[in-house]
Amino acid sequence: MVAIFGYGVLWVSFLLALFSASAAVYGYFRKEDRWVESARRAVILTFPLVTLATYLLIYLLVTGHYEIKYVYDVASNEMPLYLRVTALWGGQEGSLLFWSWLMSAFAYGAMLHEWERDREFLPWVEAVTAITLAFFLSLSLAFENPFARWWSTSSGQVAAMIRPLGAIPLPTPPDGAGLNPLLRHPGMIIHPPMLYMGFVGFVIPFAFAIAALVTGRTDDRWIRLTRRWTLWAWLFLTCGLVLGMWWAYDVLGWGGYWSWDPVEIAALMPWLVATPFLHTVMIQEKRGMFKQLNMVLIILTYLLVIFGTFLTRSGVLSSVHAFAESGIGPMFFIFIGITLVASFALLIHRWKDLKSETALASTSMFSREALFLLAALLFAGILIVCFWGILFPLISEIITNQKITVGPPFYKRAVGPLFGILLLLMGVAPLSAWTYGNLKTIGRSAWKPAIPAALVPLVLIADGQRNLFALSGFSLIAFVICVTLYEFGRGILARGRSMGENPFVALWNLVSRNRRRYGGYIIHLSIAIIGLAVIGIELFQTTTQQSLAAGQSMQIDGYTLRFDSLAQFTYVDNRIVTRAVMSVFRNGQYLGQLYPRYDLFMDGQPMTIPAIRSTLTDDLYVVLVNWEGISAAQAPFKVYHNPLVSWLWLGSFVLIFGTLVAAWPDAEPVVAPVIVRSVYQTSAAD
Amino acid sequence: MQPTSKIHKRGNLKFILGGGLILVAIVYLIFSSTQANAQYFMTVDELKARGSAAVGQSVRVSGAVDGSTITYDPKAMTLAFEVAQVPGDNATVAAEGGLAAVLHAAVIDPQRARLPEVYNGPKPDLLKNEAQAIMTGRMSQDGVFYADELLLKCPTKYQDAVPSQAAK
Repeated sequence: MVAIFGYGVLWVSFLLALFSASAAVYGYFRKEDRWVESARRAVILTFPLVTLATYLLIYLLVTGHYEIKYVYDVASNEMPLYLRVTALWGGQEGSLLFWSWLMSAFAYGAMLHEWERDREFLPWVEAVTAITLAFFLSLSLAFENPFARWWSTSSGQVAAMIRPLGAIPLPTPPDGAGLNPLLRHPGMIIHPPMLYMGFVGFVIPFAFAIAALVTGRTDDRWIRLTRRWTLWAWLFLTCGLVLGMWWAYDVLGWGGYWSWDPVEIAALMPWLVATPFLHTVMIQEKRGMFKQLNMVLIILTYLLVIFGTFLTRSGVLSSVHAFAESGIGPMFFIFIGITLVASFALLIHRWKDLKSETALASTSMFSREALFLLAALLFAGILIVCFWGILFPLISEIITNQKITVGPPFYKRAVGPLFGILLLLMGVAPLSAWTYGNLKTIGRSAWKPAIPAALVPLVLIADGQRNLFALSGFSLIAFVICVTLYEFGRGILARGRSMGENPFVALWNLVSRNRRRYGGYIIHLSIAIIGLAVIGIELFQTTTQQSLAAGQSMQIDGYTLRFDSLAQFTYVDNRIVTRAVMSVFRNGQYLGQLYPRYDLFMDGQPMTIPAIRSTLTDDLYVVLVNWEGISAAQAPFKVYHNPLVSWLWLGSFVLIFGTLVAAWPDAEPVVAPVIVRSVYQTSAAD
Repeated sequence: MQPTSKIHKRGNLKFILGGGLILVAIVYLIFSSTQANAQYFMTVDELKARGSAAVGQSVRVSGAVDGSTITYDPKAMTLAFEVAQVPGDNATVAAEGGLAAVLHAAVIDPQRARLPEVYNGPKPDLLKNEAQAIMTGRMSQDGVFYADELLLKCPTKYQDAVPSQAAK
């Protein structure tokens, strides 16, 4: 009953979304504001409705209604409450519903905007969000119904449906299959919602962009209105990516965090477009340039968000992440195709209106504008590499009838130099002057921070480091860090001199007066820090494997690991845990113990849990290799030595902090809008 | 008007040249990296058909794991097993009743082409009878495939498995 109710609520939401889109467009062309207002209310109403449907699914999950196929798939009796709630996004049907719920929530948020000044945008923001919502709801209704239950049809087959004619409901199974144990990890519990919030968040700036294109109000108003949406979406997307890496590193037990899996790439691609977008919109706001580029970037971001969802949901690519194959592939394909054609047709229609107010040609090659453009070009290059890597197997199959794939070495080789130049740009661009910047002006401000940065490679060479990639990478990172700190220092000194502020007050005022700029610098700093970890694992990771009897030791990079003992016990959820105790020594000095584990779940699903000893300089990553014959007399271990990996997680915290600095809402004076509104109301009353 | 448009032309030219140069560099990076790292994705049949031409090439091959052939030396961490031919494209797999059915049919059919594999490393959790193995590595002269990388998929653990109560 609950399931049928939930399914019905989804239908109502879907129809409301369709109504909203039609009413908005109708109201726009007929210039009848009541239709637009009606559409706005319909969009607002979808939020409580989809919330109700989502709540009903959570209710079914928590109460263990295993006759529902989705509940059976992802929940089981032994799962604690929080896991049953988060099982909402543990499988395909639920995560699509969750996507719709986020879309309705964000659309609701956008509808609450103070619309008086931007009324002409409203119908198109309504239409775009409502159509996107309707599309995702239609997937739930027609293909991936989370409320379907098991039936025995009249032809004797077993099927999951809502209520087929003449079918007999099957008895409720006493227990469900349960969430895959690999997914029962804090990183995996918050990774999907973060990623999805990032994905869905970009729909709002896209909707405003389309509104700007349709209405012809192509100044930077749409960008100013959505600046915060974009920053928050970017933050969530970045967090989603990092959490996914943390999960992979902590759970999958292959010693790394990024494997250039197509699904990882699918999540990375919107980020690769959104990041230059964050930069080039600033040029549009300040100089009226790159209007066309910004439109292209936000449209691409939206398309890549849908494409990314499609790649994970359609099963078109075989990868560890791919959900079971389903019928939604063609739907996504059609939706992406229509959006692509429609958005770019609109863009071409407005192409002339989007001309730069300042010609690029009148700026010099090393002006800040030009360097931002170069950065965008490099990001585009990385995007093309990713696209090529994903599509190459399909293309080669069509042309040569032979499927050829490219693995991680391809991406590393192609992307490495591009990221290197981006690092350099991150150091140089903040020092470059607007419009007239040239190598001389950059050199004049860059030499000071370049001196301490130049010490880094010298120290490394003296230390015996001869790897050219490592030396150039570390130098670039040092340069970015020095430039960023130099920029902070310069600002503090200037304030100290002109205002007589002490350094702490000066720092506070400096950042709070220009949060986007200094928040951005903090993010640059965090990327440099993350770069340390990337160099550490890409260039200096070592690994070894060995079978040990209790008392025996193995060596890796100066560490000695002694296998002390092995224990086997049953955990509360009935999984059988095999746990090894290892003592770690370095140069004869005892450092501590590590407990690599091998868990066997009730249903036969095994899980290898690596033991990680993490310090700022390196990680020791020990895997107890699973085979029926793990015993005290013979236990196989695989050990990785991962230098500098901790900086990835530390850098991510700095990144979050920097984005919060940039994106935190202003405490804007509330007086002004109130006055404006009352004027509007009086005039409306007249 | 004349001088500014001239400046513009020259200004545009430098950006076009600069941008073009970068584009060429990106294209070069992609093509050279592709050439250096291309892997042929083949089924067992296709690999066998290539014969000695395939020796030494970086290949990705997939097949159904025959559980009875798995041997593992935990001391040396050498894993050996055989995979049976399964069709490579999704459409055929779907037509033959889904991945689980295809893998099962492959393993019980003695007529299927089989490929012996050797992998150096820990035995993965998912390596079982009728799992799908995707291996990256090289064919050697003796007809054994030496895998550097081993990916496994167990269709039974994925969704769409009918609950046992319902299957009766």
